[in-house]
Parts: sequence; structure tokens; C-alpha cells
Amino acid sequence: MQWETVIGLEVHVQLATRSKIFSGASTAFGAEPNTQACAVDLGLPGVLPVLNEQAVAMAVQFGLAIHADIPEVSVFDRKNYFYPDLPKGYQTSQMYHPIVGAGEVEITLDDNTTKCIRIHHAHLEEDAGKSLHEDFHGMTGIDLNRAGTPLLEIVSEPDMRNAKEAAAYLKAIHSIVTYLGISDGNMAEGSMRCDVNVSVRPKGQEAFGTRAEIKNVNSFRFVERAIAFEVERQIELIEDGGKVVQETRLFDPERDETRSMRTKEEANDYRYFPCPDLLPVVLDQAYLEHLRSQLPELPADKRARFQTELGLSAYDASVLSASREMAEFFEEVHRVCGDAKQAANWVQGELAGALNRESLSIQNSPISAQQLGGLIGRVLDDTINGKAAKQVFQALWNGQGSSADEVIEAKGLKQVTDTGAIEAMIDQVIAESPAQVAQYRDSEPEKRGKMIGYFVGQVMKASRGTANPQQVNGVLKAKLDALL
Amino acid sequence: MHDKTVTQLAAALKSGEFSSRELTSHFLQRIEQADGNLNSFITVTAEQALKQAEAADQLRAAGNAGTLTGIPLALKDIFCTQGVKTSCGSKMLDNFIAPYNATVVEKLSAAGTISLGKTNMDEFAMGSSNENSYFGAVKNPWDLSAVPGGSSGGSAAAVAAGLVPAAMGTDTGGSIRQPAAFCGITGLKPTYGRVSRYGIIAYASSLDQAGPMARSAEDCAHLLNVIAGHDVRDSTSVARGVPDYTETLNAPLSGLKIGLPKEYFGDGLDPEVEKAVRDAVKVYESLGATVREVSLPHTHYAIPAYYVIAPAEASSNLSRYDGVRFGHRCDAPADLIDLYTRSRAEGFGEEVKRRILIGTHTLSEGFFDAYYTKAQKVRRLIRQDFLDAFEDVDVLMGPASPTPAFDLGAKKDPVSMYLQDIYTIAVNLAGIPGISVPAGFAAGRPVGLQILGTHFAEAQLLNVAHQFQQATDWHLKLPAFAEENA
Repeated sequence: MQWETVIGLEVHVQLATRSKIFSGASTAFGAEPNTQACAVDLGLPGVLPVLNEQAVAMAVQFGLAIHADIPEVSVFDRKNYFYPDLPKGYQTSQMYHPIVGAGEVEITLDDNTTKCIRIHHAHLEEDAGKSLHEDFHGMTGIDLNRAGTPLLEIVSEPDMRNAKEAAAYLKAIHSIVTYLGISDGNMAEGSMRCDVNVSVRPKGQEAFGTRAEIKNVNSFRFVERAIAFEVERQIELIEDGGKVVQETRLFDPERDETRSMRTKEEANDYRYFPCPDLLPVVLDQAYLEHLRSQLPELPADKRARFQTELGLSAYDASVLSASREMAEFFEEVHRVCGDAKQAANWVQGELAGALNRESLSIQNSPISAQQLGGLIGRVLDDTINGKAAKQVFQALWNGQGSSADEVIEAKGLKQVTDTGAIEAMIDQVIAESPAQVAQYRDSEPEKRGKMIGYFVGQVMKASRGTANPQQVNGVLKAKLDALL
Repeated sequence: MHDKTVTQLAAALKSGEFSSRELTSHFLQRIEQADGNLNSFITVTAEQALKQAEAADQLRAAGNAGTLTGIPLALKDIFCTQGVKTSCGSKMLDNFIAPYNATVVEKLSAAGTISLGKTNMDEFAMGSSNENSYFGAVKNPWDLSAVPGGSSGGSAAAVAAGLVPAAMGTDTGGSIRQPAAFCGITGLKPTYGRVSRYGIIAYASSLDQAGPMARSAEDCAHLLNVIAGHDVRDSTSVARGVPDYTETLNAPLSGLKIGLPKEYFGDGLDPEVEKAVRDAVKVYESLGATVREVSLPHTHYAIPAYYVIAPAEASSNLSRYDGVRFGHRCDAPADLIDLYTRSRAEGFGEEVKRRILIGTHTLSEGFFDAYYTKAQKVRRLIRQDFLDAFEDVDVLMGPASPTPAFDLGAKKDPVSMYLQDIYTIAVNLAGIPGISVPAGFAAGRPVGLQILGTHFAEAQLLNVAHQFQQATDWHLKLPAFAEENA
């Protein structure tokens, strides 16, 4: 039988507010346990939450970016359950009236086609603390630094049909929130995590199969692997005559498998009800317009503009718009050198390769966009040749010089285009290579083209790479052919 | 000194008749001598109080005293007080030393008042007799075999007995007004949102409100001046100017339109209580007020609606007492579930458990709409009843409680206890302010006249109450206990 996979994602994005969603404590990552938890975060008797306006603005910006309905009124609810790292015994969330309504996100697939994934809604909530099971001799430690960190939970419709689409969707969300600057998107630090809902159905069937929810998957790669495993598990189960049960599962990246955590029967009744300590959030049109006017250009728009205005290929446009940092770097390089294609080539070629080798992100590139743009400009105006350009790149990468011009000057890499000087070097090379000249002369005419490479190399070497290669080629050919 | 009002004591401090230290020592001594019989305090902070009194005297000497500088007060043990045990009347918090001050506590301290300690209360403010305290029942100074009312029973009894000139209480369904009535003192529940709830241990967040309990309406006005106002730490506190509540106390009442809700004079109302209330209304007529009967047709749904909404919120508010971070933790838990269940089973009393169970049930899937959603609809109707009534009249008057204080141990059945609050509970559901003032006696025990106004009409309520107290002396009567035991 042919099976079809149906996937929906719930993505939790940590918002980059300075303080927590309901208290003034800092949200910075990595502090000593329980040093960034105030009375409100600890859920001490008598404390009350006060909503962080920055978190509201960020959630709304996301909503505007995905063209969502933004309801005038949203309400915080309490989700009640007991857990040691949940200090109040309830999580303040939004169940019935979320801040962001239905919207959509465009994803780009491997073949550069795009697909629209519908967003059901996005709501604000507070994160819980962390339970630490190591180093406590069989006991559990609780770190409440993370408790109260604002989260935006983005819930998609079940619109994805394979693991690649799910990963592309997650990347699209990542790129939107980082473009907006509402999250650092750092998955390793847990700034973005997702729950994956997976089901399978016979191809052509309309009704959804029973879904399993895989909790807390925290990388693009794991999302693909978890789905791959889960799809296989469900299909095998059904084909062997079994039934998929609705349950929550956990992905174990070490073993590359998902395991059952709890079934529907064991699920909590969260007893949601409106939080009486918080007023409904009321957003007026003027506020929405104000936030809309501050939205940056978003990835999908940028990608389109890179293609139509800059003439980049769909692939280049997609890679260069994938992250805000990448796009900004590329645009600066382009602004400085004036040639989009060259800028795209250098950023994706030489620069990407170097960054990759040293496992650096574009934000940490030792060579700045201005430097790279300047370097490309010198290639374009023939000040240096391609070979010298790579030397300049390396020098700038190593911090030897503050600009391409400075390196070119210091290293004497300026391209030699003076015909007299080039002729003199060629004459010398010919004079010093009688054997090669003889070989050239005795060769079949069609093989001579290849042999000329030797002489070009020698001349370039003599010029320490500064001679204009096209010029060298032309003059050499004329001089050697004159010897025939 | 103990028979004086806050207003009188403030004048005496100002004129130098005695110092705050002398005044404070006097009350501490009375507590020491008499509270063994009353049990109105859970914690007495004598040392701290004397230090604060000395500081207040210095402030006065330096010419920096405010109206209430140096006045001793007591706080219901529901207000978080930094460095002082804040038990909320529960075994669960018997070991809880609050690391911060409630906004009300901060404001009172900034006004130069002195805290003598923390008063007894029904556990987590759940009760109408103060018999639900882990620290034992409080006795009514008018009759030691009677309850003082609840849940702010310790505050009411302490003021009535002259152990402290005034105290702070909280009122979720009548917990200031009913004990004030039972103990023959004046107690004001402000409009929901008038006083910050920050640092007040939550029972039912959409109903809880703090207010003053004192000998007179004038005293309550002085205290409300200090504690009212918006607090950025409480989103439900209202950003609205605070008038000087003492300024309008003497406004004449001629032309005042009084409504008597017919539902507040029906079955179950003690005839002596009714007579006292009707006599009080006659006093108002003599002051120039007109009286008419009005109707609050949804009154009878108030108790059922309250006992859905309040336990629902309480079940969630009390989830934080899980034995993990603070409060009672059971010995040697076998695992996490054991830690939760035993800590909570041991730490909470019967009534608290009952309300947690009710609230957990009404919020459950499949029951939520039938209970919680419906109760919220009823709540809106009740509120509308009051708003409609206030279209026609300025204030409403009636008894604060259907009977005077009942005997300790008399009400064993929880529902009969809940019915005690029939005249006070709707007020919290509507969010309006209410005040109880002494208006005579029934079977030798005090009767409270309840006066209700529309949202933020505290100035008017205090004016109406004060004028009654200018015309009568019920509020000045002291129980024999106050003289015999100190």
C-alpha cells in the first residue's frame, strides 16, 4: 500500500525580551542556577504577574509577518498541572483567545519550489524551569532561571507531507523570527524547540490517521530523523495489523528512535480557566499599524527581490536570504562592490568555505562585508587578478591589513598590465626554457594549446601572480608561434 | 488609651500627650495579658514594634510626622511581611517567613504606622467563623463562647477587645464585614481594584480585596487614604486617583436616597437583627435621607456562584503549596507523588481541602461550562442587579449577617456556614465596596449595618457611615472583656 504522511508542528520560540514575561528578572542564558529567579518566578505566596509589553509587541510582529489575523482581545489562561519545575502549579498560557490568529508561512523546498503552510494560531506563554537529574545523588535539582521566560508557541495546520517539508517549515519559522529580531533562534540553547505531530494514512484517503506527538525536538536534523523513524514505526505497526494509539512520544537522538511517554488516557486534564491576575490584552489598530511600520523586509520578500531586482538564481536567492545576518552581509558586500552576481559568488564560495572550515557563523566572520566588497571591487576594476584576490582574501581573513587596498599595496599584488614589462618577463622565461620551447615546437599544433600552460605558469610565478593572465596568454602565444 | 479611635490617638500623639513608644507598649502589654483568652494573634512582633515606635517618635521630634505616624496596627496573617512568619492560618505555611512585604504593608510602614503583629484567621481565608485556623479558634470578646466571625476574625476580635486600635483584613466573600459586624467594629471592603493585592496570599484572585477594620468610619477613612491606589505590581489594581477620604466625611445626608433590598430582609433573618437594622435606617431618615425598597433579583444565586468561582480560583492558587520550594513538606517522601500528596494532605485543613476538591472538579473537562462558565454568567447578572439599583438610589442598606455571632462549634455543616454570607458574598461578585458599622445588639451580641455603594464610592460610604456614628454611639461601646482583662 502507498502511504501518505501528515505532519503538523508546534514550535516554541523563546522571545528575546530583556526580562521575563511576567516579572522583571533577567532572561540571560547560562547564569548560575536560581540566580535569575525573583519572587514572582519562584511563585512565592502573594506574588502577582505583570505582563511584559515587549513580549506582546514581539508576538504581534510575528503575527503581522505571517499575515495573520490579530484579534483585538486576547486572554491569558492558567494551565494547571503539578511538576517540580513549574513553581505555581500552573503555566500561564493562552488557550481560548490567543494573541495571533490564523496566518501562513511560505516554505522553500529542495527543488526551489515553494509551498504555503497554514498557521492555526500562535500564543504567548511562560516557560517552566529545568529539572536537573545529575549531580544530586538520586535527588532532583530545580533551576528556575528559565521559569517565566516568554515563549511564543506557533501551531501549524497539518499541512506538511514529509520530513523535508517539516524541516523546511522549521527553517522558515527560524528565519522569520530571527529576521524580526524577536528571538536569537539558538536551538542548542533551547531558544527554539518543537513538538511534532505525525500520522500516516493510505494515499488518497481524506481522513487523518491517529497521530503521535513527539515532544521537544530541538534541531532541524532531529526533526527529520524523528519523523523518519516515526513514520516507519506507524506504517509497520499498521501493516502488521496493529493500530496507532494517540500518545506523546519522546525522540532519543542517541538511539535514533521515539519512545512512548504517555498515552491519551494518561494525559493530564489541565483545567484551563482565565487567569484572574491578568487583564485581557486589548490591541488597537493604531498600535498594530505602528508595529507594522517597523517590520523589516522579511525572508520571502527578500528572496523574491534578490531574483527579480538583482538577477540572482532561485538557489542563490534562497541561500542568501535564509538568515537575516547572511542577507545583511550579502547586501552590504553588494552595496560596496556593485555587482550582485560576484557578491553572491564570493559570499557563497570563498567566504562560506572559509567559515565552514573554522566552524564560524557569518556574524563571526573575521572578514567584514565592507572588506569583502572592497576586494571584489578591485577584481572588477582589474586592479588585481583572481589569483591575487585569493591572497588578499586570506590576508584579510588573517587580519593582515584593514582593507583590500592596504593588502594589495603592502604585498605588491597590483596587477601588471604594462605590455613592455610582461614582454620582458616572457622573453626571459622563453630564454630560460630551451627544452620546453623545443618540445612546443615539435608538438602537433593541436597539443600546443595545452603546453602553453607551462609558460603561463612560469610568467605568473615570475610576476608573483601580478601579471594579467589574459595578456600573458596572448603575448606568449604570439612569441612562441613566432619561433616555429 | 485602648478605648480611643485612631483619630483620637493620632491627635494625642501630635499634641505630645504620650509617645508612640508608650502607646505601643500599652497595646503590647494588653495583648500579653488578654490574648491568651482570645487567641487573636498568631505572631506578635513586640521587639520590632518598639523599634518602629522609637523611630516614629524620632520622626515626630524632627517634625516629619504624618497623620498616622506612630499608630500601632495589626495585620491579618495573610499579608506578606518581610522577615516575619506569614502563615495564612495554615500548617502549610507555619514555617514560611516571607522574604518581601505586601504593597499594603509597605504603604502602612511608609506612613509611619507600627505593626504589632499578625492576626489569626481562617486557613487561607476560607471560613466565616475563624474556626478553620490551624492556630485554633478565636473567641469573640463580647462573649467568649461565640465566634468572632471570619475569615478576618483575629483582626476583628483584637480591635474589639482594645488590643490594637485598628487592623487590616481581607474580604473575599464577607471576611471583613461579617467579623466586623460580629465584633461590633467598623470594617470596609473597598472596590475590587482599589487596593493592591500584591503580597496578599491569594484565595480567590478575582474577589479578594484588602481593607481596614477599626472603631470608626473616620479611622477607616484615614487608613484607606494610606492603602488605596494603583500598584504597578498588581495589574488588577485600578489606575484612578485616590481622594482624601476624610474630606467628605461631614457632607450632609439630606436628600440621600437609600435602597433596602427586599431580598436582604427575607427568611432566615434574625428578628432582633432586622429590628436593629431598621432602627438604623430610621436614624438616616432623621438625618434627611429618603428610603425605598429595591430588588436585587439574583441574590439567591450569589452563594452557589461564589462556591463555584472562588474554589475554582483557589484550587489553582493553592497548587503552589506542593512541598517543593517552601511550606510544609512531609517526612521522607518515597517519590514525587508521595511528596505532593502527603505534603498537601498534612499541610491543609479540612475546609481548604474541600474547596480545592470542589474547584478542581468544577474546572474539569466536561464540567467547566456547566459550572464555571455558568457561574460567570450569574456573576454578570448579579453585578447588573447592583448597577440597576444604583440607577435609583445612592446606597443600599441591610444587615451584614442574618444573625449575630453564633456559638463556637455551632455550625458543623459546611453549607449552613456558607449561608452565613448570604448578604456579603454578592458584593464581592459585583466588585462594589461595602462597609459594616455597629448598629446595636441582638441577644447581647453586636449587629452590623451593611452599607453598599457603587464602584469606587468609598468616599460616599465612609461619609454615610460617619454621619451615623455622629448620631449614634454603638461604635463606641466596648465589651466588658476589654476592661476586665487588661
